[in-house]
Amino acid sequence: MTPRAWRRDRGERPCRGASPPEPRGRRGVKYLEEYRDGAAAREYLSAIRRLATRPWTLMEVCGGQTHSIVRYGLDELLPAGMTLIHGPGCPVCVTPIHIIDRALAIARTPGVIFASFGDMLRVPGSTADLLRARAAGADVRVVYSPLDAVALAEAHPDAQVVFFAVGFETTAPANATAVLLAARRKLGNFSILVAHVRVPPALEAILASPFCKVQGFLAAGHVCTVMGTGEYREVAARHRVPIVVTGFEPVDILQGIAMVVRQLEEGRHDVEIAYGRSVRPDGNVAARRAAEEVFEVVDRTWRGLGEIPSSGFGVRAAYSAFDAERRFPDAGEPAAESPECMAGLVLQGIRKPHECGAFATRCTPEHPLGAPMVSSEGACAAYYLYRRRAASAAPAGSGVSAVPR
Amino acid sequence: MCLGIPGEILETHEGGSGLRMGTVRFGGAEREVCLEYVPEAVVGDYVIVHVGVAISRVSEEEAREVFEYLEQIRAAGELDDAEGVAP
Repeated sequence: MTPRAWRRDRGERPCRGASPPEPRGRRGVKYLEEYRDGAAAREYLSAIRRLATRPWTLMEVCGGQTHSIVRYGLDELLPAGMTLIHGPGCPVCVTPIHIIDRALAIARTPGVIFASFGDMLRVPGSTADLLRARAAGADVRVVYSPLDAVALAEAHPDAQVVFFAVGFETTAPANATAVLLAARRKLGNFSILVAHVRVPPALEAILASPFCKVQGFLAAGHVCTVMGTGEYREVAARHRVPIVVTGFEPVDILQGIAMVVRQLEEGRHDVEIAYGRSVRPDGNVAARRAAEEVFEVVDRTWRGLGEIPSSGFGVRAAYSAFDAERRFPDAGEPAAESPECMAGLVLQGIRKPHECGAFATRCTPEHPLGAPMVSSEGACAAYYLYRRRAASAAPAGSGVSAVPR
Repeated sequence: MCLGIPGEILETHEGGSGLRMGTVRFGGAEREVCLEYVPEAVVGDYVIVHVGVAISRVSEEEAREVFEYLEQIRAAGELDDAEGVAP
């Protein structure tokens, strides 16, 4: 991106106690590359083999973690019998079809600019997706940030700009900030269609299932960066299940696994943080306060999991002027899922993506039957991208070399 | 979706509606980012940025923790020696 005019003399504050930036280039991006180190990954794998006396089953909650695990083949390098179950932590995947249909109906309304993160565009609704709606003339735009959608509303005072506010707790402060900004600027043409979900009630629902095999969790590092670990201590204590808040790079994930395994072997069920460079036990209090200003806890339906009490955020009455569901009350279509898609079982960790009869044949990222094949964080898309050959050809587990430098 | 990327703060300024904003460099790319929720972060600090909003300041001390934990494991003799040195 190009430098901008506003970068001129903005009164930079002196650098406070920070060490000089490390040399770039060879080591790559700071705080990313070092956590992809092959030697550290091998040592963690060795430690996990040494620690584990039994075939434990862990769930990584976040789709970003699933992506890393499948990409680097970490699950195939674990001791025999140890299983990673892919959790429901992909907001694109769990957004229920009736909200996609609602989004489609709003997007097709004349005078509406419908703004969304890119990966929502190909999520199938009952009859179409947002990409097809755009091809048919709807003004659907991809934005990187909800704040960009507010800028769209300012630039187009004659249009109604609706932002598709999906996401977990991580995204709630950003979406709330967009509403607060629109309120401050008295924008009458900005609203958000909310499909926000919360992680802890979903963990409770998974643990309550009679099919639950999960013995420990790798909790989502960025959700906890915002929310802290308070709610997780309750889940861990109530279900006697260890929870380790974990990052997203291969070495981060292996540390999380090692810490969960150690707890399981020692019979503990604590909440620990393996991603302390971003996560504080109290979370980000200021960000959470912004989210709580705009949102309140509501019941939500999850695609594949059904309705879970208190599992989502909705817009508070004080900000109802910015709630697209109230601004467009009549927009909606009857919803129907593809009968062939078993996303619900995948999202609960009961089935793996390649166990589906439609996987990579009738269901592909180009023509998805269900949302987990659409999002880059969806388990089905990760298997499609990295495991299509492995599923049919030679058994995987080709060695630690799968962790690149 | 919860993708958060570390980037270095190059400068900070007040945005149009009183929000604290700044320019953050991610590898080769630069972007304007909302810094409202990391009031402690200053130029030269790294922040984790999610959809245009910084959600944490990267803790330099904690950043080494993942390797220190490994040191502890090594010191406790919990590494499988034969595997630990495998290529």
